[in-house]
Amino acid sequence: MLTDNNKIFHRKKILVIFLVCAGMMVFLFGRLVYLCVWRAEHYSQLATDLHERERSIKAARGRILDCNGNVLADNKTVCTVSVIHNQIEDPEKVIQVLCRELGLSEEYVTKRVEKYSSMERIKSNVDKEVGDRIREYDLPGVKVDEDYKRYYPYNDLASKVLGFTGGDNQGIIGLEVIYEEYLQGKAGTILTVTDAKGIEVEAAGERRIEPVSGNDLCISMDMNIQSYATQLAVQAMATKEADSVSILVMNPKNGEIYAMVNVPEFDLNDPYALPEGTSDTLTAEEKQNILNGIWRNGCINDTYEPGSTFKIITAAAGLEEGVITKESSFSCPGFIVVDDRKIRCHKIAGHGTQDFTHCMMNSCNPALISVGLRLGIDRYYAYFEQFGLKSKTGIDLPGEAGTIMHKKENMGNVELATVAFGQSFQITPVQLITTASSIINGGNRITPHFGVKTLDAEGNVLETFQYPVTEGVVSEETSATMREILEMVVAEGSGKNGKIDGFRIGGKTATSQTLPRGSGRYISSFIGFAPADDPEVIALAIVNNPQGVYYGGQVAAPIIRQLFENILPYLGIMGYNQ
Amino acid sequence: MATQRPAKRRRKEQSEYFFDYSLLFIVLFLLGFGLVMIYSASSYEAFQEFQDAAHYLKKQLTAIIIGLVMMVVVANIPYHFWEKFYLLGYIVSMALVPLVLTPLGVESHGARRWIRIPGIGLNLQPAEVAKLGMILFLAVMVCKMGKGVRSMKGFIFMVLLPMPVVLEVYLITKNLSSAIIILGISVLMVFVASPDYKKFVIMGAAGVAAVALLVFLIVSSGGEGGFRSERIVAWLDPESQAQGKGFQTLQALYAIGSGGIWGKGLGQSMQKLSFLPEAQNDMIFSIICEELGLFGAIAIILMFIMLLWRMMVIANNASDLFGAMLVVGVMGHIAIQAILNIAVVTNTIPNTGISLPFISYGGSSVMFLLIEIGLVLSVAKRIQLKEL
Repeated sequence: MLTDNNKIFHRKKILVIFLVCAGMMVFLFGRLVYLCVWRAEHYSQLATDLHERERSIKAARGRILDCNGNVLADNKTVCTVSVIHNQIEDPEKVIQVLCRELGLSEEYVTKRVEKYSSMERIKSNVDKEVGDRIREYDLPGVKVDEDYKRYYPYNDLASKVLGFTGGDNQGIIGLEVIYEEYLQGKAGTILTVTDAKGIEVEAAGERRIEPVSGNDLCISMDMNIQSYATQLAVQAMATKEADSVSILVMNPKNGEIYAMVNVPEFDLNDPYALPEGTSDTLTAEEKQNILNGIWRNGCINDTYEPGSTFKIITAAAGLEEGVITKESSFSCPGFIVVDDRKIRCHKIAGHGTQDFTHCMMNSCNPALISVGLRLGIDRYYAYFEQFGLKSKTGIDLPGEAGTIMHKKENMGNVELATVAFGQSFQITPVQLITTASSIINGGNRITPHFGVKTLDAEGNVLETFQYPVTEGVVSEETSATMREILEMVVAEGSGKNGKIDGFRIGGKTATSQTLPRGSGRYISSFIGFAPADDPEVIALAIVNNPQGVYYGGQVAAPIIRQLFENILPYLGIMGYNQ
Repeated sequence: MATQRPAKRRRKEQSEYFFDYSLLFIVLFLLGFGLVMIYSASSYEAFQEFQDAAHYLKKQLTAIIIGLVMMVVVANIPYHFWEKFYLLGYIVSMALVPLVLTPLGVESHGARRWIRIPGIGLNLQPAEVAKLGMILFLAVMVCKMGKGVRSMKGFIFMVLLPMPVVLEVYLITKNLSSAIIILGISVLMVFVASPDYKKFVIMGAAGVAAVALLVFLIVSSGGEGGFRSERIVAWLDPESQAQGKGFQTLQALYAIGSGGIWGKGLGQSMQKLSFLPEAQNDMIFSIICEELGLFGAIAIILMFIMLLWRMMVIANNASDLFGAMLVVGVMGHIAIQAILNIAVVTNTIPNTGISLPFISYGGSSVMFLLIEIGLVLSVAKRIQLKEL
């Protein structure tokens, strides 16, 4: 029996214990309220992240359309086959089916099926029919997700311009790289609720974040012109047994490129194919070097000595500065002495005395050297820079090469003389056509480009691209004079093979010897534009290392003539007879 | 008149003896609730592991039935019967703990804390025996000491008595939480037995200061220094140790947080799908919060407060000091475990393995708790209603 006295303090103490314990529990309840109310969102989010496994869904990449709306780069539905280790019930059968349907080695599939990971990709870019067949087996743990693969309907057309995409549909070369942000779209996600081991919780279902398709890109290229130019280039390459042929067709007024051909092209739907006869024993690096060579866009990635076509620039500088006029008289004895060097004209006997127009028509080296010398190094160099030749053109293709030019302080009269007729320095073909355009179009240096605008899925214009134009690089008068001179070159001069009856064509030929001199390798080229009085189209053909006759006027000019014969009516450019 | 007599007698008989139905109801409610939650929390893993969703439910139900039988038996034995076994209880407690090191010991989850009782195939945690043994031993000792406990010498003697068992549990089974619980029960019993407050306030303040110093030292040393200090770092910032010591705590917090106020509904927990390892054990309270929300949690907490209140009433009205001390011991045991468990689950204190009384899965734990409840009911039965 507790005595009454004892009882009182015992009771008090027991009450204290009870109150302290109850108080602690109330405090813990307060802590729970904090966790369940204030921190609920934070922890719920973390928990959801933990519970959901995601598989990404590729977005459809934007298409590339030519100026008439022809689709140059499209998407094809393909499947990605993956396995989820924890959900596989019959690994033997999974391995057997996947090996058979996907044509993979058993070792490869077994390794992936047995790998303990949340999700293992077996193969992507599987044809839709194969994907559907695999889906019909209804194997637990095998996932077939549809996504998109790039598809190029015209195979090798403009391959080096368009470029192609990699396994994740990312641009690898060409326009696909430059316009990546417009084309790529936004990948979607399939979120599946799983337990800690990655097994799907069936009742929870799937949550999808839909992918957003990329925007379509409209380019200035005209599929018809591009195809025809490609035909001509292939023909020329075959008949002249050339290493390669490039053709550039551009609008000289705004810089829109209609065609850019570099044969040999490659198949965009199989860009990794090595040429036939390639040894199988190459290392990965050697293979990659070969591929990089195949993918190279000669019009912008490579530089060359432009040769006589560059006389356009020298002439324009001379006219602009007033050191010559169309009528200035030059005498050519077949050579010219600059300092201690004797530089020959291509016509050993010399052209005799002639006015400047005829100097251009005959492509007389001593005359153009004289023009260069009259300008002097300082003024010549200033024009070189004013025409924009020292900087890149800013074309919307990756890897444009810069100009290789003497430093001004290293230039003497000999260097000046060689530069004046297009030797001893290097520029890209696109640089040449851009500079020539700005001289004949009234003096506006335009930016060559393909990208015109982007469209959304409904065809609404999202963005129209603007390109910089530098006005007044030469005066309107100089430009007009140059057009007259160049028309005479085609009408009666060295470029007469570029002449088309009934059309006014201007142009200039070139035959440049490649380095090292004396190797017997030449580059024949011709730059032509029409109509000569108000140019709507300018084209450049470059034949690399032709066999037999190698003069630009005989090899390259006929290519442009054939091209113009077909595309001028197509572009709605009427001759003076119509 | 003659017909009224027996009726009157019967009413007198009824009113003479007290049976605490509220206490019994609360305990049964907690047990039933626990079974539902164990099934909910464990069925998914149980099915994967044993192809039987009710695997843990069946084992727990068996333990509860055995426990309830033992509770009824103990409740019907006058508690003074146990008085003479107090030394035996102490010795058995001392003797059982080292058995975990013998071949009888069973290792689970990297700790050797169980012994297998040959023949039955039941695992027994000696620490559970020690808790019961300590309650009995100290209750008897308090009565034997009488007023001796009021002197400083008596006080120190009483505090030192449980130390051998506490140290044994801590050092041999590496079970800090059980050691803390045994120590806590002892301190509470001595607290009630002694009329003094000052000594306990000083002891409490010293304890808090020691813990604070320890935490400070561990934090300033950058958490290097083994198992326990890693837990302290994980406690202060569980998200920094998400893949290490903070893993379990963080998973529990995810469960509580994602349950929110209303919960996801019974059976809808995501965290029990192997994210929270062994959700039916120490962390079951977080699954309750996830499925039943704040309201499920407050229901459980209120039930525990009511349970403690019933035991306080019984202790205060016990017919003698021995009975009162027994109830205080049981009350302390349940209170300490429930509070520490909820504190661990809510990351209020560092993570340590403590189960939630009556609800967490664990056969020997629930059986011993039911024996203790039997003792309390036995004490309650001796209360004469006129005393109330």
